[in-house]
Amino acid sequence: MAVVFDRPKALLDVPTHYCPGCTHGIIHRLVAEVMDELGIEDRTVGVVPVGCSVLAYNYFGCDVIEAPHGRAPAIATGAKRALPDNVVFTYQGDGDLIAIGTAETVHAATRGENITIIFVNNAIYGMTGGQMAPTSLPNQVTQTTPYGRDVNYSGHPIRVCEMLSTLDGVALAQRVTVDTIPHIREAKKAIKKAFQNQIDKKGFSIVEVLSTCPTNWGLTPTEALKWLNDNMIPHYPLGVYKDVNTREEAK
Amino acid sequence: MGERVLMKGNEALAEAAILAGCKHFFGYPITPQTEVAAYMAKRLPKIGGTYLQAESEVAAINMVQGAAACGIRAMTSSSSPGISLKTEGISYMAGADVPAVIINVQRGGPGLGGIQPSQADYWQATKAMGHGDFHVLVFAPSTVQEMVDLVNLAFEKADEYRMPAVILSDGMLGQMMEPVEIKAAEPKTFDKPWATCGHGGKRAHNIVNSLYLQANELERLVKERFERYEKIKATEQRAEEYMMDDADIAIVAYGATSRVVKAAVKEARAMGIKVGCIRPITLWPFPTEAIEKAAKSVNQFLVCEMSMGQMVDDVKLAVNGAVPVEFYGRTGGMIPEPAEILAQIVELNKKGGAK
Repeated sequence: MAVVFDRPKALLDVPTHYCPGCTHGIIHRLVAEVMDELGIEDRTVGVVPVGCSVLAYNYFGCDVIEAPHGRAPAIATGAKRALPDNVVFTYQGDGDLIAIGTAETVHAATRGENITIIFVNNAIYGMTGGQMAPTSLPNQVTQTTPYGRDVNYSGHPIRVCEMLSTLDGVALAQRVTVDTIPHIREAKKAIKKAFQNQIDKKGFSIVEVLSTCPTNWGLTPTEALKWLNDNMIPHYPLGVYKDVNTREEAK
Repeated sequence: MGERVLMKGNEALAEAAILAGCKHFFGYPITPQTEVAAYMAKRLPKIGGTYLQAESEVAAINMVQGAAACGIRAMTSSSSPGISLKTEGISYMAGADVPAVIINVQRGGPGLGGIQPSQADYWQATKAMGHGDFHVLVFAPSTVQEMVDLVNLAFEKADEYRMPAVILSDGMLGQMMEPVEIKAAEPKTFDKPWATCGHGGKRAHNIVNSLYLQANELERLVKERFERYEKIKATEQRAEEYMMDDADIAIVAYGATSRVVKAAVKEARAMGIKVGCIRPITLWPFPTEAIEKAAKSVNQFLVCEMSMGQMVDDVKLAVNGAVPVEFYGRTGGMIPEPAEILAQIVELNKKGGAK
């Protein structure tokens, strides 16, 4: 019988620790499928963050470095500069990437560091139990904004793709999500492009994936997907914010 | 004998690092170590290496960790306030057993402090180079030649023991010029089967990591690391003894201070005072054996530092109450003069110590 669906080789056959309904599982799978399709697992080095996906080093089949909180782009820079023929990607959450790691993110981007960043934005600190993230929405209730995020008091959420797309070193800045089958397909295409860009030496590529956190949002998995659709997508519109490939085509 | 050239300490150290096989340098500007970065920026791109100016000290040390995790020799250099920022990364490297070399060209502190030479980071380097239970190797050069020799040794020992190594220099050694011989010997290298360099389809994936959520597993790993530290303490202590054979007074000093102390010892000897100097070359492991040996023959110790007294703690631990241990120091970027130390020696000689 023909196998039509199987586990990607680059995703190890081990149970994960993620909560039911969390979209990390889907995103891990997409990254692993892309590694398989591009045939790069054997020369790929993943860099995982501090946050819910810290244990991703147990799940990806490639070599993995676990970075200090926020420092994944700096670790990736060192790894890529050391062995430029390797493929280096980071997998980071919102607190890691755009709170404590803002400087590392912005400067890796502006250097045009030839790495791939998978940025999982679920608008909350998951691992520590649901505190306000730099991407928490206005009025969003979290453990540390119990009355809702008051932007006049706690500041405004950061739109990462929009911000990074202004930097010359960025090859790809695209926001996707994984709430529906068409969106998952779109997300995979973006992730594949972000890896292909690195192989083609085009520079810094970031794919922001809007994600859910049913546990800390206090919602069921299906309610969480609806909340993402109703609240996150309007604030963080999906789309390509910068793509050097289409600019080249347009020339 | 190779060619002797006149070089600045910081530049000689940088060239020696390159000859030790370090082709990747990540740094951030800070006085008084800037010559190391400037030298690397000039040299490394010409030999297929990487000099990268990071956005912060924090990023620089993590770039070092990323490169070193892939199995190559990498280095960063900074000065005291910058080293404080690097301690996060150094702790992670110690916890993941990643070898690399970190240069601290010390300046006065605390805070922004000053930019003049200092030895006030001894405690930081030897006791707490970041959070958690760990040590780093600490080497203390006292000449430009030793800047060269010890950076080579630091890379070798870091790889051998899979741990970060620190060169604890200071603004005086970094900035001074001396004749130096830089040997182009083949650097001693080590296999790194743990490196995250891509598994090539030939092995299971490697993970460089310092997270262990099970307390018993973390305890086991820390204990294993401390067994390694015991071996290092037993085999890697280094110290120079200067005029110690018949000494009644032993002065313990390292780095730039030891140069001043030696000048004072010579003058005191000319006055007939039996005084010598023990100069620790490794600060961790501390040369306890040299101090213990001296404690059996001298009747008092004087510890001289460019700080309010930090290494003196380790000397007292080694002497263990056998004879008195006195301290003399200048701080804030002040360098003691031989006459100041001579006055201390004369005073101690009058007192006569324990026996």
